Amino acid sequence: MKYMLIMRSTDAARQDYEKVDFNEIIEKMGAYNEALLKAGVMLAGDGLADSMADNFVVDFTADPPIVTDGPYGETHELFSGFWMIQVASKEEAVEWASRCPLGPGSKLEVRRVTEMSDFGEFADNPVLKQQETWRAESGQV
Amino acid sequence: MADAHRTVDAVWRIESARIVATLAKMTNDVVLAEDLAQEAVVDALRQWPETGIPQNPGAWLTAVAKRKAIDTWRRRERLDERYQAIAHDLASSPGADPAAWEPIDDDVLRLVFIACHPVIAREAQVALTLRLIGGLSTEEIARLFLLPVATIQQRIVRAKKTLTAAKVPFEAPDPSEWRARLGSVLGVIYLTFTEGYAATSGEQWMRTDLANEALRLGRVLAGLAPREPEVHALVALMELQASRFGARVRQDGTPVLLADQDRGRWDRAQIGRGQAALARADALGRGRGSYALQAAIAECHATAPSIDDTDWARIVLLYEALGRIAPNPVVELNRAVAVSMATGPASALLIVDGLADAGALRGSSLLPSVRGELLARLGRAEEARSEFVTAAALTGNERERGVLLAKAAAL
Repeated sequence: MKYMLIMRSTDAARQDYEKVDFNEIIEKMGAYNEALLKAGVMLAGDGLADSMADNFVVDFTADPPIVTDGPYGETHELFSGFWMIQVASKEEAVEWASRCPLGPGSKLEVRRVTEMSDFGEFADNPVLKQQETWRAESGQV
Repeated sequence: MADAHRTVDAVWRIESARIVATLAKMTNDVVLAEDLAQEAVVDALRQWPETGIPQNPGAWLTAVAKRKAIDTWRRRERLDERYQAIAHDLASSPGADPAAWEPIDDDVLRLVFIACHPVIAREAQVALTLRLIGGLSTEEIARLFLLPVATIQQRIVRAKKTLTAAKVPFEAPDPSEWRARLGSVLGVIYLTFTEGYAATSGEQWMRTDLANEALRLGRVLAGLAPREPEVHALVALMELQASRFGARVRQDGTPVLLADQDRGRWDRAQIGRGQAALARADALGRGRGSYALQAAIAECHATAPSIDDTDWARIVLLYEALGRIAPNPVVELNRAVAVSMATGPASALLIVDGLADAGALRGSSLLPSVRGELLARLGRAEEARSEFVTAAALTGNERERGVLLAKAAAL
């Protein structure tokens, strides 16, 4: 099973975080990543940039969708990074997630990655089949 | 408490190799170390539901196991220097002080070498590696291999008895034996993977859980021995082959052969990881060994837009190189398939007939199945049908039998 560990932090936690020695953060996160790697469970992981100048939101409430700078303001728990791990059980995912060196105000939202078996009954769905044809025709096969 | 059991299993899976390695280093006895660690797990199952999981579960289990070691020796009245050393160690760092627990990668690597020690039979090496390094229970291993628990139990018990009888010390192999012993470790991991990738028995064509366990072991080994190109190459090979899992089997469980696979379902991220691992192997600058050559072949497939747009000439070349450094009839058969794609079925049939004349792969479904394919492409339907029927009778896999009989019927 694959799980995505989604890191979310409140604005307050992010401000607190800035007071901590950055070397310490790097060291702790480095040790955590190394543990994941050495255990053979880490598939991917990255942090997301804070700089709002580079970030934007596409809102599909309107048609055409509206693109705004951000996210600003109301996003109390900003998605700030992720890990992708492969484990044998939910309990193992819980164990790894609990070892992440995060502080108060931070959360990990852990989500299982869908597998083909999740779409079992839709395998013959005409739209999915059409997508396969489209993939073939556009040379993505 | 079922939940506590699953949590302990999860912790064990993460920590077992380091716990057993730490204990083995202290006792110089892998078998005793494993027994002690298992006893500590029993304690954890009893205590953790009430106390909660300790801050550092690995250190907790190790400390409990060390105390049990002392108890064991007290009972045997063997108060020798090993006892003194451990007693001193426990006294100077009481309880589950995380700082007291600094297992070294080298110890885990030693443990890997011992699980794959040549005095143990190959199938027992596989079971012991999954148990000691992978942290799987006997029940889990049995489930993955579709074998009775008693069978796996017996293999592990026998392997442990053999290690004791052969007085195998807790040491890494001598430099003179290093290459062969590492080859044995890689062989155990790849055997585990291939049994999951193309199951030789049972109703399922693939057992992805088993293949994923092998992949995890490979990644662990790459962390332990990062200067060994063939370790990275084995990881690359497994990643690249596993990237096709999603496309190799239909919803109803029937296998889909490479030519018919929907390449859109190949796992692109996994292909990327495989290519990165192969690049790591190449970057060590010691040339390509047999796993790297196989990984390079898998990479050709993984990056080809279609079966026709595959660089078959390059694949033939890689198989030729592979056949020279690791001569093997299966490699030769695969080379024949590549030749048939690069230059046509007639020249490929010569290679396959050469293998058949030499009596290679007798009793395996592989040779008649490839021969049937080539004959069918040459328009020799009657002979092709006979080969497919022969192959169907020889395979132990239900799904594969179905595919072969369907091919025979379609001619």
